[in-house]
Amino acid sequence: MSTPIQITPGTRGVKKPAPVQKEDAMWLQKELLNANYADLSAARANNRKVSATFVPGNLNELLMCFDFARSLPETNALQNGMRKKSGKMIMDAERDGHSEDVCTYVKADLGMMLQGEVGPNGEPLPTPDVLLLSYTGCFTFMKWFELIRQKYNCETVMLHVPYQGDGNITKAMRDYVVKQLKEKVIPTLERVSGVKFDIDRLRQYMRESAKAEEDLVWTLQSAKHRPSPIDGYFGAVYYIGPIFTAFRGTPEATHYYATLRSEIEQRIREGKGPVTPDGEHPGEKYRLVVEGPPNWTSFREFWKMFYDEGAVVVASTYSKVGGVYDFGFRHDPEHPLESLAEYCMGCYTNLNFSQRIDMICKYMDEYQADGLLINSIKSCNSFSAGQLLILREVEKRTGKPAAFIESDLVDPRYFSAANIKNRLESYFQMVKQKRAASGAAAH
Amino acid sequence: MNVQEIVKRCEDLYEDLRFGAVKSWKAAHPGGKAIGYMPIYVPREIIHAAGMLPVGIFGGGDQLEVIQGDAYYQSYICRIPRSTIELGLTGRLDCLDGMLFPSICDVIRNLSGMWQIMFKDKYVKYFDVPQNYDDGIGGSFYIHEMQQLREDLGRLAGKPVTDEALRASIAVYNENRKAVQAMYDLRAAKPWQVPTSELYLLLRAGLVLPPEEHTPLVRAYVEAAAAEERPMRDNARVVLTGAFCEQPPLSLIKSIELSGCYIVEDDFMLVMRWLLDEVPVTGDPLEELSKAFLHRSASTSSKYDEKKEDKGMFLLKQVRDNGGEGVVFAAPSFCDPALLERPMLQGVLAKHKVPYTAFKYAENTGQMAPIREQSGTFADSIKLWNAA
Repeated sequence: MSTPIQITPGTRGVKKPAPVQKEDAMWLQKELLNANYADLSAARANNRKVSATFVPGNLNELLMCFDFARSLPETNALQNGMRKKSGKMIMDAERDGHSEDVCTYVKADLGMMLQGEVGPNGEPLPTPDVLLLSYTGCFTFMKWFELIRQKYNCETVMLHVPYQGDGNITKAMRDYVVKQLKEKVIPTLERVSGVKFDIDRLRQYMRESAKAEEDLVWTLQSAKHRPSPIDGYFGAVYYIGPIFTAFRGTPEATHYYATLRSEIEQRIREGKGPVTPDGEHPGEKYRLVVEGPPNWTSFREFWKMFYDEGAVVVASTYSKVGGVYDFGFRHDPEHPLESLAEYCMGCYTNLNFSQRIDMICKYMDEYQADGLLINSIKSCNSFSAGQLLILREVEKRTGKPAAFIESDLVDPRYFSAANIKNRLESYFQMVKQKRAASGAAAH
Repeated sequence: MNVQEIVKRCEDLYEDLRFGAVKSWKAAHPGGKAIGYMPIYVPREIIHAAGMLPVGIFGGGDQLEVIQGDAYYQSYICRIPRSTIELGLTGRLDCLDGMLFPSICDVIRNLSGMWQIMFKDKYVKYFDVPQNYDDGIGGSFYIHEMQQLREDLGRLAGKPVTDEALRASIAVYNENRKAVQAMYDLRAAKPWQVPTSELYLLLRAGLVLPPEEHTPLVRAYVEAAAAEERPMRDNARVVLTGAFCEQPPLSLIKSIELSGCYIVEDDFMLVMRWLLDEVPVTGDPLEELSKAFLHRSASTSSKYDEKKEDKGMFLLKQVRDNGGEGVVFAAPSFCDPALLERPMLQGVLAKHKVPYTAFKYAENTGQMAPIREQSGTFADSIKLWNAA
């Protein structure tokens, strides 16, 4: 069920990386994302309007109701990071006056604009006609689109999503978001696109979303098996790609998740572990929960540090950043706008600290994890501020060891491979010793 | 009291990291409660109407040694949350019965959740404010947020917060805002009479004193400062922006002044000037507070600008209304809102030919020479530019 391919040849004189191994669903995912970039690049020629919006709290179903080609700036930055293009973009943005202290997704995006708005696929990306500022779980989003608006001069519509400060969603919060959708967002999208809103069309997309969500949850929860057939962090970033971006609500996404599910079912039947870029996982020695986004610029090298040691990530919080589905939420076509509001408010970074800690502890228990690893990202205060308290609380509540490493999303200057590798090796030693100690105590 | 006595009193309050003024207030008001709040803005009227003392917590400054607080934060997070945690863990905030964390940035937002976990016996609220400015949308939400706070504080006080009490508190804060504005007006007109290092201390006093005490203190200062004989210098008139949350050390403000700048407008402690005019004391009090917030409040980088054309206009107006000759961007290191906003504001200033300079600080910045040099050079360039 996995197919090796040769990735794009590197620079002359640089050692070629080994052929990448991927599950078939991963290839399908790649095709989908490439298709979206092709769609964006051809939007002007096809006389289509273009929207840009963020991953957490994205309203893909709604945007599709207006026939927008859909761009997601974090995904562009991420893809540029994986293709080793983001470093220069960030430095260009810094030379243009942006502080070294702020989010590198923003700077990679602005740097891409400075370089002529050529997308990760090598084709020019169109200027958006509308920026849908879904202001969910991250303050930087607001500044990001204000910055882009200053450059593009395009229309921006704000959807302010209240934070779950008290750990719940109140009626007032829901009403606030629904009112914004009805009175601000939908009228703006109608005006910009020239397409009249059809709520039944929205309902149909949401029905499709719910089907894909069901299979995504099944896939992520398959990691409860021993050995886990998936990696719930490095592998999961492929799995969440379509549903967190321009495909949620499409038949293509439904097909993708059904394909993924059957592939994972097969792996479980065969008792196999996850597929890594170097082939089959060498064998599950450590089961981890990971909090925080991955580093994208050295993604493969980072992942290798785990599977080389026999570690599998069985659950992660990052895979919930574009929607928390594993605690029951599904897009509900019977209450479309209310459901969109709940979706936005329920994304991981919109949860308060107690909710985040509860979620991690639950994962530690249900996925029988050996420990927690926090990858603290310099760029992302929404995730990172307070993670050291999360670490203490989870250790206290679960009695399992936790570790802390630091890197960045797309700034290669903040990925120190030697430091991270050292820390991980020490951490795995600690898990091993702790396990041996508890084994000895049991006897 | 003369200027020196007033300033000395304010300086003592500023330096007292044990919050003696709050303890004294509580001793004088048996059963009275004190509620802390962080930058940028909370409607203090509601706390006051509940019979409580609103207390501004703006970090630990440069006199607090942060030991425990550092264990909670990575090096790339600003300093105010770590010094605030230090204040909490060392018992300095024990005199507070609750803390409000307004919607300002991800760091302060997350600190609200940390506080809930670390100080379980205290009332803790993340106070959300709308980024939609329609009365029927953002206004409804905001009124609900304020109503929630009002009910929570009523429960804590043991009696409901009435409309009458709210109207009376609105009137008290209208007076306070007027007094503070008068101080700003005097500084803008005669900055040599009102050094910003003094104005700043007067503002800081307002974080710990009840408004009934702070308002007359500010008025007394304005009267005394206006009468003081102080030399007028040939300084450059600058607007300082970006210091709305983590505060610069007092020595930094003094350094800017010593380098040849008169600060004629700033965004320190915006809570005292957030609402730009009087809030009506008739009608529904929460509705009036909401309208003031939505339609007549200050602009800062944590607040969304609905239209591209709005960006920077508030700052530009501050420059023009106060005869500013340049802008000093002084932002705390790692402050996302201020640092992300900065290039946009600089673009607007450049378009309108307003010179600017920029630097970063932390609340415990100790080395003032580079800042003095930079602001001094900036002041010189303004003078040369204007003369040319």
